[in-house]
Amino acid sequence: MATTSPSLARAAELRRRGRFHPGDAALHGVTLVAALGAVALLALIAWKVVDQARPAMHRFGLHFLVSNTWDPGIHQVFGAAAFIFGTAVTSLGALLIAGPLSIAIALFLTELAPRWLRGPIGTLVEMLAAVPSVVVGLWGILVMGPFVANHLEPWLKHTFGFLPLFGGDPSIFGLLPAILVLTIMITPIVSSVSRELFLGVPQDLKEGALALGTTRWEMIRGVVLPYARSGIAAALILGLGRAVGEAIAVTQVIGGNVAIHWSLFRPGDTLASRIASQYQGATTKLQVGSIAYLATILLVFSLLANVAAQAIVRKVARRQPVIR
Amino acid sequence: MSALSANTDGLRRRRAVNRLMEAIATAAAFAAVVVLGIMVVSVARRGGAAIDLNLFTKTPHPFSFTNQPSGLANAFVGTAVIVGIATAMAVPVGVLSAIYLNEFARARVAFLIALALDVLNGVPAIVVGIFVFALIVVHHGQSALAGSFALSILMIPLIARATQEVLALVPQATREGSLALGVSRWRTTLGVVLPQTIGAIVTGTTLAVARVAGETAPLLFTSSIVGDRLQWNPHLALASVPLKIFEYSESPDPADHARAWAAALVLISFVLVASITARALAARSRRRMGLHR
Repeated sequence: MATTSPSLARAAELRRRGRFHPGDAALHGVTLVAALGAVALLALIAWKVVDQARPAMHRFGLHFLVSNTWDPGIHQVFGAAAFIFGTAVTSLGALLIAGPLSIAIALFLTELAPRWLRGPIGTLVEMLAAVPSVVVGLWGILVMGPFVANHLEPWLKHTFGFLPLFGGDPSIFGLLPAILVLTIMITPIVSSVSRELFLGVPQDLKEGALALGTTRWEMIRGVVLPYARSGIAAALILGLGRAVGEAIAVTQVIGGNVAIHWSLFRPGDTLASRIASQYQGATTKLQVGSIAYLATILLVFSLLANVAAQAIVRKVARRQPVIR
Repeated sequence: MSALSANTDGLRRRRAVNRLMEAIATAAAFAAVVVLGIMVVSVARRGGAAIDLNLFTKTPHPFSFTNQPSGLANAFVGTAVIVGIATAMAVPVGVLSAIYLNEFARARVAFLIALALDVLNGVPAIVVGIFVFALIVVHHGQSALAGSFALSILMIPLIARATQEVLALVPQATREGSLALGVSRWRTTLGVVLPQTIGAIVTGTTLAVARVAGETAPLLFTSSIVGDRLQWNPHLALASVPLKIFEYSESPDPADHARAWAAALVLISFVLVASITARALAARSRRRMGLHR
């Protein structure tokens, strides 16, 4: 991306021999400080969050990850197992719905929709990402919640009730509403990344397949999807990272409960939603430390997910310059 | 003959599969649009019914059962102050790092900084909130400034990447022309190259503002313990619109729900109008710079 071409470098070199501009050095210095500041922020975030978590790390160690208690009362015992479980169930559940949905949307936008419709629908889908999470959560409690409790969950129970996933009593608050809210929030992201990927598939390959007599779906399955495979993986990882880190909307609909169970109808909690719901109540150093410990887990996961996704995206981008 | 008919059967099946898959993809796209529609319509209907001038001019009344006029003026002021300061902090850092990234950095350094910015963009907002809590709030208590700092961390990568993308589109010949006339490098960068990207900086900043104006998570631990008085002082914790919606949404009182919907309508209108405008401007400036996409 650096655009210092040889000729520009030579010009700069020549001028440097001529006379020295203090302004050049100053601008270089100031911008360097700003850029390093942005990078240093990342390191500072990691250091401060871990530092804040230290009391809890000393007290509970790695046992924190498998302990299923959150007792801010007299015993002061904290553990993350229930929240890790809740995070895994809701994020993977959301990804399971949003993944295929987003790929389908991206295919519609790049291969199927008439040209005049692509822009408007693409914009509308991306607008869904612009809706603030607290508004999605408000809608989730007051509009989607009653629908889920009165219609969707009774129907699921009636039809698939033999599965433990759909056992239990229908309720406004629970893992299922959290999954649905997360689905709504990550679909725009995954679909807009996938759309960029599909746009990068060379036209000749697609036309070649169609010329061999394939149907459009066979062309998509045989050319578009394999070509974009690693990029789709990156898009899914990005979506997963977003789902795992989403705090507010999930807090509003998940119900807040320290428990590991297989019923999607019952309330639970994720790492992010537990942190968010503790914002008024943390009194002891150990509890604050435990909240920061939860944040550390979240941070480690999001760093891994993002670095992995960006690495894939950059590798793909080198192959096809269309994608940024 | 039989081979031929088997073949047409195969073709018929393949066409049917094709039609099915096309229908699924179309349905998926419309489902997303419908969900957006339902969400916007329910916010508009319920918010529209509850919205009035008092929302912007009055502060919350402690007892909702008395019929005193009640509003969220303090939250609107607080959000304006917090987001304003966050923007003032994030724009210089974002723009300057973009300049470094595109004008000064060598390829390997640029790659690493761009990667760091993208990873920073992926740090969950709630973790940023905990970070600012540990860095500032633990020692100095909550304040709008702490909230602004948290929001600016979310804005920096957005502004930097938006600026850098357009800096990369400025033709190399522009720079070389200016340098050939004997203009120094820094004046070329600030006086010739940067002005061409003003549009992108403005749209990038608008998108960033639209995103953080609705952020609740970073404010939970930095600017949430607030009263109902109207305050402008950024050294105090200030109320904010998203946090008020969050609190009201968890309240059992329907009157609080109505206020939450009204505030949500204002927030969502602002966010959607800002992002649509920014996108339209971005599309226009891209066309002007000769990038057809």
